[in-house]
Amino acid sequence: MRTVYCDHAATTRCHPEVARRIYEYLTENYGNPSSIHAVGRQARKGVEEARAQVAALIGAQPSEVFFTSGGTEADNWALRGAMAANRAKGNHLIITPYEHHAVLDTALALQREGYEVTLLDVEPNTGIVTPEALLAAMRPTTVLISVMAVNNEIGTVLDIAGLCAAAKAKDPGVIFHTDAVQAAGYIPLDVKALGVDLLSISSHKIYGPKGVGALYVRKGFRFAPGLTTGGGQERKMRSGTENVPGIVGFGLAAEIAARELERRAAHAREMRDLFLRGVLAIDGVRLNGVDPFVHPELRHPGNANVSVEGVEGEAMLLRLDMAGVCASSGSACTSGSLEPSHVLLAVGCSREAAQSSLRFSFGEENTAEDVQYAVEQFARSVEFLRKLAAPGR
Amino acid sequence: MARRVLMAMSGGVDSSVAAALLVEQGYEVIGVTMNTWTDDIPEEIQMNQHSGCCSLAAVEDARSVAHKLGIPYYVMNFQGQFARTVIDYFIAEYTRGRTPNPCIACNRYVKFSAFLEKARQLECDYVATGHYAVIGQDERFPGRWLLGKSADARKDQTYVLHNLTQEALAHALFPVGGMQKSEVRALAARYGLVTADKPDSQEICFVYDNDYGRFLKERAPEAIVPGPILNTRGEVIGQHRGLPLYTVGQRKGLGLTTARPVYVTELDVERNAVIVGEDEETYRPGLIASDLNWIAIPALTAPRRCRAKIRRMAPEADCTIYPDGEGAVRVEFDRPQRAITPGQAVVFYEGNWVLGGGTIDRALK
Repeated sequence: MRTVYCDHAATTRCHPEVARRIYEYLTENYGNPSSIHAVGRQARKGVEEARAQVAALIGAQPSEVFFTSGGTEADNWALRGAMAANRAKGNHLIITPYEHHAVLDTALALQREGYEVTLLDVEPNTGIVTPEALLAAMRPTTVLISVMAVNNEIGTVLDIAGLCAAAKAKDPGVIFHTDAVQAAGYIPLDVKALGVDLLSISSHKIYGPKGVGALYVRKGFRFAPGLTTGGGQERKMRSGTENVPGIVGFGLAAEIAARELERRAAHAREMRDLFLRGVLAIDGVRLNGVDPFVHPELRHPGNANVSVEGVEGEAMLLRLDMAGVCASSGSACTSGSLEPSHVLLAVGCSREAAQSSLRFSFGEENTAEDVQYAVEQFARSVEFLRKLAAPGR
Repeated sequence: MARRVLMAMSGGVDSSVAAALLVEQGYEVIGVTMNTWTDDIPEEIQMNQHSGCCSLAAVEDARSVAHKLGIPYYVMNFQGQFARTVIDYFIAEYTRGRTPNPCIACNRYVKFSAFLEKARQLECDYVATGHYAVIGQDERFPGRWLLGKSADARKDQTYVLHNLTQEALAHALFPVGGMQKSEVRALAARYGLVTADKPDSQEICFVYDNDYGRFLKERAPEAIVPGPILNTRGEVIGQHRGLPLYTVGQRKGLGLTTARPVYVTELDVERNAVIVGEDEETYRPGLIASDLNWIAIPALTAPRRCRAKIRRMAPEADCTIYPDGEGAVRVEFDRPQRAITPGQAVVFYEGNWVLGGGTIDRALK
């Protein structure tokens, strides 16, 4: 059966060059970067080259990049590291209500531990955050603001540079973090231009391996080490033998992502727009989030999120899966069953609309022919499920 | 093309073997664990891998069996449906002084209704479960899909399946219904399924500690109001802790000191009273039931001899059933029956087939 992969926001296929590089570091350059001998030095060289490659993707200094086990750890560390190191300033942090669970659940855990958390007011449907809303939420005790660069479900692109500048104008001491996991590789990122202090990225969303990510930590503000103590790796900030194959793979993936950014974004946009034109022509199919035909710059080029009136997202998703079309719907709970998307609820969607929402995220795997097939399967399922639900069948 | 089946997999041994049998028989099987209830379980118990249907451990087991069988597997969310049709009903019945059977409600509204609907959405020909019952046809009941007793009398689940409609029976498969439990366990071991040695599931899957009194106190405190315990002459002889905590026929836990043992004969909601009497007073000659579902016959139009079961574990009793106005039935037992309990089901059998059944409204005096 044909497989059409429309879930690039979940993960991507490892680039073949990257896979070769990883294999090389599993079999040839297998050293421990902390070892003083030649085999160890070879591994260390790979890690440091990767650090420079990742730094280049986001406009950072290599010494400001710390490797982690992925986006989730980077987000956890950003929040906990900033809050723990700045108790003297206060105990308040600000996030959007539709952050990824890596940020949201960490903030809620911090709240249970005694910190104060404010969820920002956001614009209905798009989730856009205005500088006014952010400034209104700030207090003298605000230590950290965390606003994602691109939302993972509805693809809204947030004006991180503008929000960060406004926040810092009001309080130069406030720390600004952005989860750029979805943005990386598709939206140009430059930490200096953005003005942020902390930024999280993940390898497997940019055609690199899973299990590796990075946290950018700007030089010159108070920030605590990560969870692990031990061998003092990552300049004593994150102990534990480096995931060398993962890190060098991530490095190469970042280099390719920087080089290919414009082409990849244009390709994803073409696929996404083709898909949206197809499905939005179906009666009762509604777009969630920013209209990319009006404001292409405000939506991730590969992201489409739609709700189908009178049809459950779960039934659509399972039927599409059976037809070989891989998409996703809201957020899955730990067991894997589908819950109404917290993102759509946060931007003011009804529970019904949130329950019937579907996310398709396009990228390198897709061709126009594939997208056409996905649209056909989508239309067939909508028609079938509507007929089934019609009264008097 | 192979017939497609949506197989409900709880992570237990019965549904695991049922799935394996269907695969062996050449069906196109899609495994599904129904996520019905995950709230409310204290974290320390979740961390200890509690054994209810919806625990993550159960999902892991079901998924592992599905992977072993090479079938697609999904977890489907039925939490809303389950809360509305099982939990709400469970609380409402206790509030009315009746004793509900949540498994019957779950089979009726979730497994053979909402789940059946999911099967249609996925263009499946059948739903299948690990229930112990058989589905068949018999020329004595022409044109009807029949529900019959399991080969393993101790495991037979026809009592909790009596609400299945003709439509549901026409689209349901019970692959282990014709087997002994011991055969099912042996097959699980032969197939190498991780669930081979799992203990049988508990009675009320959503009450993790089996303490339904605790559950009701948390969910519906207004339903638990202390009141008097009366004897059959209407004299107050003690205090009860709230009607839902008692059932007809109960002897233990009444907190009474009486010369002779006394038993709950009735729960009187109007007076919020538990009525107790001697053992023989718990025996009644008949009952009225409504909310009927007929399986082997289209409807009851004339008196009929059959056998009836008034509780899941009760023995079958000979009786005559009479139509009793619109949608009700009067049951007259050949010999009085003990502890006829409003809210429980009465299920009628003719030989191995289920004639039909309903919900007990009251015992006759």
